[in-house]
Amino acid sequence: MKTGILIFPGINRERDMAIAIRASFGAEPQMIWHKETALPALDLVIIPGGFSFGDYLRCGAMAAQSPIMAAVKAHAASGGYILGVCNGFQILTEAGLLPGALLRNAGLRFLSMDTRLTVERTDTAFTSHYQQGQTIRAPMAHGDGNFFAEPKTLAYLEGENLIAFRYADANRNGSANNIAGIFSKNLRILGLMPHPEDLVDPLMGGTDGKRLFDSLAAA
Amino acid sequence: MEITESLAKSFGLNPEEYDKVLSIMGRLPTLTELGIFSVMWSEHCSYKSSKIWLKNLPTTAPWVIHGPGENAGVIDIGDGLAAIFKMESHNHPSFIEPYQGAATGVGGILRDVFTMGARPIANLNALRFGDPKLPVTKRIVDGVVRGIGGYGNCVGVPTVGGETNFHPAYNGNPLVNAMTVGIAAKDKIFLSAAAGIGNPVVYVGSKTGRDGIHGATMASAEFDETSAEKRPTVQVGDPFTEKLLVEACLELMATDAIVAIQDMGAAGLTSSSVEMAGKGNVGIELNLDAVPQRETGMTAYEMMLSESQERMLMVIKPERAEMARNIFEKWDLDYAIIGHITDTGRIIVKHLGVTEADIPLAPLADDAPLYHRPVEYLPKPAPLGEVQDPIGILPALEKLLACPDLASKRWIFDQYDSTVGGQTVKRPATADAAIVKLEGTAKALALTTDCTPRYCAADPEAGAVQAVAEAWRNLTATGARPLAVTDNMNFGNPEKPLVMGQFAAAITGMAAACRALDFPVVSGNVSLYNETDGRAILPTPAIGAVGVLQNAAQAVGLALQPGHHLILIGETAGHLGQSLWLREILGREDGSPPTVNLNVERQNGDFVRAEILAGHVAACHDLSDGGLLVAIAEMALAGHTGVTLTLPAETGAKTWFGEDQSRYLLAVPDPKTLLSRAQSAGIPAAHIGHATDDNHLTLPDGAAIFLPTLQAAHEGFFPNWFA
Repeated sequence: MKTGILIFPGINRERDMAIAIRASFGAEPQMIWHKETALPALDLVIIPGGFSFGDYLRCGAMAAQSPIMAAVKAHAASGGYILGVCNGFQILTEAGLLPGALLRNAGLRFLSMDTRLTVERTDTAFTSHYQQGQTIRAPMAHGDGNFFAEPKTLAYLEGENLIAFRYADANRNGSANNIAGIFSKNLRILGLMPHPEDLVDPLMGGTDGKRLFDSLAAA
Repeated sequence: MEITESLAKSFGLNPEEYDKVLSIMGRLPTLTELGIFSVMWSEHCSYKSSKIWLKNLPTTAPWVIHGPGENAGVIDIGDGLAAIFKMESHNHPSFIEPYQGAATGVGGILRDVFTMGARPIANLNALRFGDPKLPVTKRIVDGVVRGIGGYGNCVGVPTVGGETNFHPAYNGNPLVNAMTVGIAAKDKIFLSAAAGIGNPVVYVGSKTGRDGIHGATMASAEFDETSAEKRPTVQVGDPFTEKLLVEACLELMATDAIVAIQDMGAAGLTSSSVEMAGKGNVGIELNLDAVPQRETGMTAYEMMLSESQERMLMVIKPERAEMARNIFEKWDLDYAIIGHITDTGRIIVKHLGVTEADIPLAPLADDAPLYHRPVEYLPKPAPLGEVQDPIGILPALEKLLACPDLASKRWIFDQYDSTVGGQTVKRPATADAAIVKLEGTAKALALTTDCTPRYCAADPEAGAVQAVAEAWRNLTATGARPLAVTDNMNFGNPEKPLVMGQFAAAITGMAAACRALDFPVVSGNVSLYNETDGRAILPTPAIGAVGVLQNAAQAVGLALQPGHHLILIGETAGHLGQSLWLREILGREDGSPPTVNLNVERQNGDFVRAEILAGHVAACHDLSDGGLLVAIAEMALAGHTGVTLTLPAETGAKTWFGEDQSRYLLAVPDPKTLLSRAQSAGIPAAHIGHATDDNHLTLPDGAAIFLPTLQAAHEGFFPNWFA
C-alpha cells in the first residue's frame, strides 16, 4: 500500500507513524509538505498527531485550510484510504471529512496514559486483524479529545455502525458515547484520538497498535 | 537618561563593578553599553561567585567530547553517535509566573541542545515546591506542571522523568530545573565560536519584543514583597515556533552552511553576540535596524536586552545565505542578516544611524568580576540518637507512601506526553531511570535526575556525594552504564558566607563522587540568590545523569511479578538521621544524613549491573527515600503483585525505614545462584522474600497489609489535592 504522511507545521508524530508503517508495510512512506497542491499516487494518506499551527485557533482548524487539503478531499472522494490520528482526527473533522468535533478534555487537562479500547467492528481495512469486541491498549496524549456531535449525528454514527473504537474502561476525556474513533460512511476514512502507532514494538510495551497497520497492509 | 552610579546600581552593578566599566570604556557608557555590561556581568551570565569553585569538578573522560563551556555537554555513546544534554533552572520566573516561567525554562533548555545539532529526544524536570498546605503552593504546582506540559507536549519531545519534592524552605522560591537530552552524529556537532571576517550574522526565529528585559539581572537578585511587580521581566513561550525552529535548524544543519550558532537565551542578543564573537576571538558589528521586531519604537537598549523566546543567532557562509533563507521561509520563520563578523575585537551596535554601543570584547570577558566570596561552614550535625517508634511498621509504611515526597507523581506525569517519538522503553515510574531507545539502533539511553535536599541542608558535602551516587545508582538499576552528569546548582545568596560555604562543600562532595564513579560533569547551570525575604532555600545541587545500554531490550524496570524472589544487595545499618521516616512520623528533621562509601557504591553497583546485563534479574529498584520497606512496597505496587518477607529478622523502624546507601533490591527467578555469585564477589546479599498471589505485603512476623490499601494511599495525594 503506497503511503504518504502529511506534514503540517507543528505536527510531531510523523516519525512514530513512519516507524509503524515500515514495520507493517515493509516500505518507506512519503513525507508530504502541507504547501503541496497535489498528492502523488497513493493508496493511503496519513495525517499524524501533533499541534498543527500550534493549535492556536482551534485544533486542526488552520491545517484544514492548507493547500494540500483539496487534494486530500479529492483522494477521499475517489475512495482512497485516510487515517487521521489525534491532531489528524481533529483535522479530518475540521475539513468535514469526518463528522463531529473534538472539544477540550472534560477535566481541562492534557491526558497522557495508556487507554483501553474496544474494537467495534472488524470488517474494515483498518481493523481486520483484530477480534470483534476485543479490548486493546493504546497510549493517548491529548488536550482536546472529547468527541462531540449533535444527537442527530451521533444517531447516524451509531445507526450506520460507524464507531471504530470506544474507550473500554475509563472515558477520561468525556467523549460522547465513549467514542475514541469513527469511520466515514464508506469505511475508507478512520479518525481516532489514541495512538496505535506508539504501540507497535514489544520493547515499547506492546504490539496492540501494530495490528491496525497489519490490517491496512493486507487491505 | 543620565548614566550614573545609581542607575548602574539599579541595573545590578555594584560601585566597584561600575568603576571597572568606566575604566574599560574610558568614558561614560551609553545606556545600551551599560545594559550590556550589567547583563554580561550578572551572576546568571558571568558565574562570578561560583566560577572559582566549579573548576574543581572533574569534566573529562575518554567519552567526553565537549565538557562545560559550550551550550550543552557532549558525550560519545558509540556507533558514531553523541548524546548532548544539559539541565538549567528557571526558578525565579516560575515563582513570578508559574506557567510561562516553567514553559520558557523547557524552551530554553531545548534550544541549548538543538543549537549543537542534536534532535532532542527526551525532557526531564527536577521540581521543588513549598509547603503543600499553602494555597500559593498549589497554584505554583498547577502552573508549573501545565507549563512544562504545554511546551514539551507541543514541541513533541517526550517528558520521561524527573522528581518532585516539597519543603517549606521553597515556599517563596520554587525550583524548576529542566533537562533536555538530544542525539547527533558525533562528527556533526555545532559550536558557538564565530569565525570568518565578513561572514554574515543571521537572526532566525521569533520577532523581538520588549519581554524579559533584564531577566538575567532579575535571576541574580533575591526576592521580596515587590517581586510580583517583576512579572513583565518573565518571557512568554511559543512552543509552536520552537518546533518550527527545531525543524528548520536541523534542516539547515544537514548542509554545510553554518559556521557557528548559539541560541538567544538569558540576556538575548547581547550574550549570544558577545559570546560567539568572544569565543572566536573576532569582532562583531550589528545593525539593529534589521532585527525583526514585534513592537514599534524599540530602542537599541531594549533590543539588546530583550529575552524574547525562540530566537537563534548564526554565523553562516555568505554563499549559503540564500539557501538558508529559503529553509527558514519554508518554515514561516523570520530570517534576517543583522550584521557581520569583523576583525576589530569589539562589539559595535548601530541603530538608526547612531552607534549605540562600541565595547572591546576582551575586557568585557576577561575583566568580568570574579569573586572569592567568604565561606563559612556549619559544624557537621551530631548523629541522631535513639528514637522511639510511636506507630509501628505498617501504619508508618502507609503514611510514608502517602506523603507528598513519596506519593505517586502520576497526576503530574499523566499531563506530560511521554510516548511521542515512539522510542520510550520505560515510561515514568516504571523503572529507576527513564529509558529512551535511539531510533534505528539497538541502543538506549537511561536518564535520571536526583538530589535529596534535606541531606544537603544537614551536610552539604555528604548530601552532594549522595546526590551523585543516587543518580549513578538509578542508572545502574536499569542495567545502564552511567556516563556523565549535568548539574543544576540551586543555592541562596552567595554574599552570605554560610550559603557560599554550602556551595563550596557541595562542589567538594560532587567532585569526590564524580571522580570515584568515573562520572564527569559535562554541563550545568548555577542558580544563586534563591531567597525570599532573606530566607534561603535548602541547598539543592540537582544532578541530571545519562547512561547507555547497548541493547535496549536489556533494560529492567521495577515491577515485581509472580515467581520473583527478592534479593537485598548492600549493608543495612539502620540510619534514621534525616530520614523521611523521622520527618513524616516524628516530625523531626535532624541528625546526620547517611554517608556513602564510594568504593562500596561502585562495587555493589557494578555487581548489580553485571547481573542485569547477564539476564539474571527481572526487576531492580534502588533503596532511597523511605528505605527498605518503601522500596519493597513500590516494587509490589508497580507489579500489582503481593510479597511475603522472610527477612530481616530485626523488626524495628531502623531496619525497615533506615536510609543506608548503596543498596538495591533485585527481583530474580533464581535466588540461589545469584546469592552464590554475590558471595564469590564479596557483595552483601540476602534473600529476603518472594512474590505471592495473595495481594498483600506481609512482614516476617506475619503482619500484613492489603496492597490496594497501600495503592490508595500512594495514589491519593495529588488527585485529592487538586480535586
